[in-house]
Amino acid sequence: MKTQPHLKIKTALTTQTCFHCGEYFKDELVIFEEHSFCCQGCATVFEILQENDLCRYYEINGAIGISPDKNLYETKFDYLDLPEIANKILTFTDGHLSTVNWYIPKMHCSSCIWLLEQLNRLNPAIRSSIVNFPEKTVRITFATEQIKLSDLAKLIAHLGYEPYLSLDDLETKKGAKWNRTRLYKIGVSGFAFGNIMMMSFPEYFHVGDSLADQDLQYLFSVINVALSIPVFFYCASDFFVSAWAGVKAKYLNIDLPIALALLSVYANSLYQVFTNTGSGYFDSLAGAVFFMLLGRYFQDKTYASLSFERNYKSFFPIAISKITEEHEIKIPITELATGDVILIRNEELIPADAILKSHSAHINYSFVTGEAKPVTCKIGDTIYAGGKHLGPAIELEVIKPVSQGYLTELWNNDSFSIEKENQRTTLAARINRYFSASILTLAFFTFIGWWVVGNNLTVAFNAFTTLLLVACPCALLLSATFTNGNLIALFGKYHFYPKNAHAMERLATVDTVVFDKTGTLTLSNKSEVQYHGTKLSIADQKQIKSVVRQSSHPLSTTLYQHLENITTSKTVVSQFEEMKGAGISAYIGQDFIKVGSAKWVGVIEETHAQFTKVFVAINHQVLGFFVIQSKYRPDLPSTINTLNQDGFTTHLLSGDQPTDLAFLTKLFVKESNLHFKQMPSDKLNFIKDLQEKKGRKVLMIGDGLNDAGALSQSNVGVAVSDDSNSFTPSCDAIMEGFQLSQIPGFILLAKAGQRIIKQSFSISLLYNIIGISFAITGQLTPVVAAILMPISSISVVLFTTISTKISANKFLKTDQGQ
Amino acid sequence: MSALFVLILASLLVALGFLFAFIWSVRKGHYDDEVTPSIRILLDDEISDKKQSLKP
Repeated sequence: MKTQPHLKIKTALTTQTCFHCGEYFKDELVIFEEHSFCCQGCATVFEILQENDLCRYYEINGAIGISPDKNLYETKFDYLDLPEIANKILTFTDGHLSTVNWYIPKMHCSSCIWLLEQLNRLNPAIRSSIVNFPEKTVRITFATEQIKLSDLAKLIAHLGYEPYLSLDDLETKKGAKWNRTRLYKIGVSGFAFGNIMMMSFPEYFHVGDSLADQDLQYLFSVINVALSIPVFFYCASDFFVSAWAGVKAKYLNIDLPIALALLSVYANSLYQVFTNTGSGYFDSLAGAVFFMLLGRYFQDKTYASLSFERNYKSFFPIAISKITEEHEIKIPITELATGDVILIRNEELIPADAILKSHSAHINYSFVTGEAKPVTCKIGDTIYAGGKHLGPAIELEVIKPVSQGYLTELWNNDSFSIEKENQRTTLAARINRYFSASILTLAFFTFIGWWVVGNNLTVAFNAFTTLLLVACPCALLLSATFTNGNLIALFGKYHFYPKNAHAMERLATVDTVVFDKTGTLTLSNKSEVQYHGTKLSIADQKQIKSVVRQSSHPLSTTLYQHLENITTSKTVVSQFEEMKGAGISAYIGQDFIKVGSAKWVGVIEETHAQFTKVFVAINHQVLGFFVIQSKYRPDLPSTINTLNQDGFTTHLLSGDQPTDLAFLTKLFVKESNLHFKQMPSDKLNFIKDLQEKKGRKVLMIGDGLNDAGALSQSNVGVAVSDDSNSFTPSCDAIMEGFQLSQIPGFILLAKAGQRIIKQSFSISLLYNIIGISFAITGQLTPVVAAILMPISSISVVLFTTISTKISANKFLKTDQGQ
Repeated sequence: MSALFVLILASLLVALGFLFAFIWSVRKGHYDDEVTPSIRILLDDEISDKKQSLKP
């Protein structure tokens, strides 16, 4: 360690932005080694990097660093040293070397990759670190005896890259194995497809009638059979497994027609080869398997980074500080028992229902109720799981274990266990069911007709095969698969991520749109502050800022942020006093400043206050008040108006107090469409009522845990998130907040998608009718059938691709960037 | 004509070689992450000379 370098704090502005994180300076800045930093945290990271000669970090992309979390404290990761937790977090260990694979949400650019792969230079105990950027994970191999797991986490967290660890990580471990198996299957089927095609070329062009050619033809058949074995038994196995699972559950799933077609084509081809009546359709078989596997692989890949099925476990921390006789120990959250005393620090989530033992606390229940204003609790009050604590650390006594808490009970509600995806109800499956059944009957009767009536077994077999082949539901399946695949990709381009085709299909039927307020209609973490009263001079504002800076109350923080262009007063703040639930006061020089509620400054206020007001008094003279209210998304009015004009019914569900009634009533047509003070279970029941009593198809747009029940109950639940990795309760689609204005377009596009599927069904049906009519009469040779099939498939694919693109351009505004 | 038999078998062998190359690369983890290596290769190694100008 070098000697503590010379640190200065100055208020003058030399450069505009922080050398580490690139943020604009708000007030004072830290000067360290000729560079300016916005905060001590940034300067510390720079110091670490400089000491280890890692300053190239700043050369790659400039000032893109991350300021370490200010709530980081020394013992935060101590729980990682508990053997039962460490065992679950380590992906590999042999006693000397261990490997962890950590999710680091803050990773965002090539500089991050560079730095995270240089960790071995910061601590020699780290042997290697390898970043997987799309998954935002880093795999670290380290010497177990030289560095503790907690120190490793601390090291990374101090650089600003705090690993995200949640209870969910402990209970599920997914391997990357499936991914590889799928690639093997694609590789093998692609190989087989290409080579079988080559062997079948002579057949396509009708060459090979001479004797020498007959031998070649024979060789080709043998090779084709050999190549088709791995395709059918290895590559296509997923389809058969899934189809069989469907049969066992007594419904016709989408894989059953595929499996049936593959089976009949394969059996037929083998029959032809062994009886020497033809050369089979191995090329079509391998091609179909190859393309279907490819399609599914890309679909899964797009969705690898999105998680739709999170439950409360992914929000809760892994371990918690428990207090025992003067000591603070970390225990896994699952071992938390009734009667335990736990310590909750600033910004931490309360994991279990508990009684407050400290004097008072501010709890933000916005997760649970949607109410953004923190609740002030006093000693002895019950605090529910899911609340977020703001302010200095508090002690709590647990009264219910995690699994029985209020929130977990909500998660155990029936609506979470009901599967919305009834495969029988999708459009493709519905059409397919009738289609496959009628084709099978038709083929059967054709066969019987030619055999019994026509007394010609060869023609009978020929007609049977060609009919099945020509009418193979592949083209039909392709039309649904490709339309949905294209739509999902197009939606993704506009930052709307539907879970699957079923979700889009349900989106097309929606007639009622229900919005959550906090975080959905309003911008999370941003408030609108307006001042009413005597105009404040710069000097006054400086004083106010200096005073509110002393307090950690959320309203103070909001005010502090609002006055961002003001520098704090240089005069010393003395006699600072904070009265919980009332306000703060302090002397700045000779001036006495009071900030807080009406009562605190001595004003009598009208009772039915709709807004949060913070009064300001300087030297006992009340100057005025700040009105703090949540800020609505700027494109909100136009969005709701469009929805109303398009004939949708719109509702607002909010856990909040009724505010902004005039504004919202105008938007949502009538006041009865606004529903305030809704508990999570009220929201769920409201949606249920709409569905059951009024027969509505409901689209619910919300965020956070408090909407989880409603999202799950609704026909389509969309989670709005400003960061698609952070908070996504179980839902059907994830949408980024700034795309809210596109909602009407998204619904229209989903409807267009259903139309396109029907149209392409009719196109391939037309092909089929022509083909089948020839096939029944026995006029169609199998080769022509084999050629006709890909043509119909290709035209269907072309049609769906082009028409989805056109619809997307029509309904969605061009990407707004970000 | 008999030359064809040899040619066809030879071409199949070549194709098989590529298939096994593909399987080998998947097994080695080449397809586990297709983005990071492309970024990593553009990050130059440092010139061991320490004094680098870092003017803001």
